[in-house]
Amino acid sequence: MSWAAVWLCAAGLFGQKVAGAFLPRAWVAGPRMRSVLALLPPAMLGALVLTQVAGSAGGLVLDLRLVGLAVAAVALVLRAPFLLVLVLAVVSTALARLLL
Amino acid sequence: MAAARRDGIGLGLLGVYGVSFGAVAVASGLSPLQAVVLSAVGFTGGSQFAFAAVAAAGGAPAVGLASAWLLGLRNTLYAVRLTDVLPPRVLPRLVAALLVIDETTSMAVRHEENGRPAARTAFWTTGVGLFATWNATTVLGAYGVQALGDPAVLGLDVAAPAAFLALVWPYLQVRRTSVVAGLAAVVALVLSVVAPAGVPVLAGGAVALLGLHRRWRT
Repeated sequence: MSWAAVWLCAAGLFGQKVAGAFLPRAWVAGPRMRSVLALLPPAMLGALVLTQVAGSAGGLVLDLRLVGLAVAAVALVLRAPFLLVLVLAVVSTALARLLL
Repeated sequence: MAAARRDGIGLGLLGVYGVSFGAVAVASGLSPLQAVVLSAVGFTGGSQFAFAAVAAAGGAPAVGLASAWLLGLRNTLYAVRLTDVLPPRVLPRLVAALLVIDETTSMAVRHEENGRPAARTAFWTTGVGLFATWNATTVLGAYGVQALGDPAVLGLDVAAPAAFLALVWPYLQVRRTSVVAGLAAVVALVLSVVAPAGVPVLAGGAVALLGLHRRWRT
């Protein structure tokens, strides 16, 4: 990834926060705007989960990462903390690749 | 006030999962230093993971930027919400703005009932703690993976999707947001067969436009 893209990304993310801190409240607080912004994270994250595991240019690819993702889901149901969820997913995927 | 400080310090320790961002970023083709810059200046986990994900898929930088910024838009709203908690003077307000994320906002809002000073304490202890741990562990993860070698063998390529699953999990507990997340997932998955890398996720994000309709208002 180019440095220009990295700096743009980082500066833009900071700029979004600064904008909120200095903008007049009324600009961003309309009910329509608020609803769309509130729905953005679940929409983006929902799209990211599945495309990360199964999507790829030219078709769907199912591999052993599904094992890790399933283990992560079980860990989340059991209310495991964030870092433990990731560690379990990584370890189970590595184990599945080693054994299967 | 003591409770606000204690909660803040406790939550601040959660920043150790910066180690997973550092690892994922380098596994996705970013340099360790690029991962560090994203954590220090961007400082918002979901967006950083999204940017790395597009890089990993070989997507155009513009698509990575769009994904990261769309996810980061909520921070703008958070900052508006926290307008009375953030310091009034320009320089301190700029510094505080950097710390406006999911965790600091929810902590500040939760402690607001005990008065504004308690909310400020909660905001600053959470924010400074998270910033310190998130950045320190990003360095560890980024340079650690570089030393380790092939991330796929270690199963590290599942860390990003698992992180997204953990981040979307709270939204799946609420009917309205879970429907949106599910719809977006289906849209993105179907599109991923034909569209270039990163575009399916943006299309999935467009499902949030449902918020324009009266029925989906918050």
